[in-house]
Amino acid sequence: MKSSVIIFPGSNCDRDMNVALNKFGFKNQMVWHNDAEIPKSDLIVLPGGFSYGDYLRCGSIAGKSRIIKSVVNFANSGGLVLGICNGFQILTETGLLPGILQQNKYLNFICKNVFVKIKNKENKYFKNINKEVLELHIAHNEGNYFCSKDELKSIEDNGQIAVTYCDDKGNEDEYNNPNGAIKNIAGIFNKDKNILGMMPHPERMIDPFLSGEDGSLFFENLIGNV
Amino acid sequence: MKVKVIVTLKNGVLDPQGKAIQQTLNGMTFDNVSEVRQGKYFDIEVNESDESKAKSQVEEMCKKLLANLVIEDYKIL
Repeated sequence: MKSSVIIFPGSNCDRDMNVALNKFGFKNQMVWHNDAEIPKSDLIVLPGGFSYGDYLRCGSIAGKSRIIKSVVNFANSGGLVLGICNGFQILTETGLLPGILQQNKYLNFICKNVFVKIKNKENKYFKNINKEVLELHIAHNEGNYFCSKDELKSIEDNGQIAVTYCDDKGNEDEYNNPNGAIKNIAGIFNKDKNILGMMPHPERMIDPFLSGEDGSLFFENLIGNV
Repeated sequence: MKVKVIVTLKNGVLDPQGKAIQQTLNGMTFDNVSEVRQGKYFDIEVNESDESKAKSQVEEMCKKLLANLVIEDYKIL
């Protein structure tokens, strides 16, 4: 299974993602944002970081870069596209995912482990994970998911909410919402569920000695379903 | 010609920076400040002498890049 991680100027989770993908059996290649074409891939990943220094709005400049046309074509033909953190922001700025990630409600950069509840398993990203709640890491300043009321209704009606912030037992309350995201949303799909954007970093949870292993569950499941 | 654009958050969209600025102003004895909304200002030099053409180009720029219409409005001055 081949994967491609796109590197933008300011990406900083690209190599962690490369390590994670290779560890779980993907044959990963790194692709520069100014390339015109993406090599043949089963999965494209937009990694975390601060593409273009977060100028204008997070992900907005990267969302217009040369490689993005290929990403959009790949996604529109049903290809799997995963955006983590800044990658999620880029996906909303390209219009592949609805809504936007705004500045965190309390104006602080948040860097900590959180629990997220899997809200939909009828997709390749979470299909065979035998857990309802995962412990993952977040590190962001703009993770406060927002969309219009109409859009939220359509997201909910179509089962597009992927993961929500919660406690270790899966309670999705305001206390366990780190950034003010609407409905505790930590990640969403497009309608067809081939595109996933989420703020938490599964690539940071693949080593029991350094962090935890719930990210391993995510990648093991993903390679099994690609 | 130069075209000026202001991008602001839509009404009803939470503006935590504006709120922090408002609270700071209140703390500095500017008690009568009840709300601050922060926005962005752009000076765009367009190589186009026809004002309406230049402005319609800038309007496209606003829709495609300068503003995210999910949460922001733009005004071409």
